[in-house]
Amino acid sequence: MDNESEMKDPVLPLGRPTVGSAPGPGTTGDWRTSKPIFFEEQCTKCYQCWLYCPEGTIRVDAKGEYPYIDYVYCKGCGVCVHVCPQDALKMEKE
Amino acid sequence: MSVKIKEMLDRPEVLLRGNFACAGCGLSIAYRTAISALERPIVVIPACCASVIQSLHPHVTYNVPTLNIAFAAHASAASGISRAKKRRGEKVTTVVWSGDGGTYDIGVATWSGAAERNEDILHFCYDNGFYSNTGAQRSGATPRGASTTTTPTGKQEKRKSITRIMAAHDVPYIATASIGYPRDLYTKAKKAGNMEGYRFILIDAPCPTGWNSDPAITPELGKLSVQTGYFPLYEVENGKLTFSKRGMKYRDPDKRLPLEEYLDRQGRFKKMTLVQIEELKKDLQFEWDMLLRME
Repeated sequence: MDNESEMKDPVLPLGRPTVGSAPGPGTTGDWRTSKPIFFEEQCTKCYQCWLYCPEGTIRVDAKGEYPYIDYVYCKGCGVCVHVCPQDALKMEKE
Repeated sequence: MSVKIKEMLDRPEVLLRGNFACAGCGLSIAYRTAISALERPIVVIPACCASVIQSLHPHVTYNVPTLNIAFAAHASAASGISRAKKRRGEKVTTVVWSGDGGTYDIGVATWSGAAERNEDILHFCYDNGFYSNTGAQRSGATPRGASTTTTPTGKQEKRKSITRIMAAHDVPYIATASIGYPRDLYTKAKKAGNMEGYRFILIDAPCPTGWNSDPAITPELGKLSVQTGYFPLYEVENGKLTFSKRGMKYRDPDKRLPLEEYLDRQGRFKKMTLVQIEELKKDLQFEWDMLLRME
């Protein structure tokens, strides 16, 4: 009988898009050893950091606004610091 | 024509944060940029790093419909999807997103068949030059001299030219792009997305874990590979090759940066001898000569 009910309502191997899908708690910010710090006064809103961030943790709400960093998920790779032409981002030890 | 950043900002987020990718992953940059340029994509992913970073069931990091399939079956699965959607009258972009192992070595039979039938598929190959998800074994895309776990003293053979093999199939569109130039990649992906038939885009995606490089310089490595002439940027449309604006300058060997600048930043080339470097340079020049003939 169990087989029949399974046939009627098959459990499909479907996943759903999730923010923080990494195994465990999913907060990949725990991985990092140093973090980028953002200095608004030096930013010219070129959004290079947003463009190159592998993780998508640099967020921009709308064009013309300053980007900000989602530290819950930032893995601290340092790509944003490296690509920033204005030195508006700096790496700091956690 | 380079794309405006506003257009890219307005596109939906296709790769959600908090995924399983290593810090500074080149594949993530490639995926975010390329897939966001497409309208209603359905992505077919064979075994590769892209199937690892999407994390464990029931969570998926990709914000687009994704099908995971066996290593060699990507183009055949995509053929089915594309034909079924066409019959239903739904307009979608069927995408194959495979690594270099699945494109250069294992998946050749299926993509060659699909390219011959000219199926309506957009095939992306992100190329990091080895089997990254199984622990850095050599693949057909590994350049000469690079050390991997199966070639600890450096690979003896030259890197395969997948674009020229693809060009022999006379498919409508072939392009190469690098994650060092995301706007160029976005423009090419968008252009290919609006075309029909079998389209192929090869993306240079550095892998800090396997290449033994600093995660922070991933975009810089993408740029250096173009500037040193290691990875030429071009498009092939109907058998005619045109170099991209970014890569045009490097047709002239004198304008390229020294190859050593690219090699020195990666741990996988540390053990290379001077003879091997000369051989690698010859390989690259041979590839350029072959491409210039297609122009």
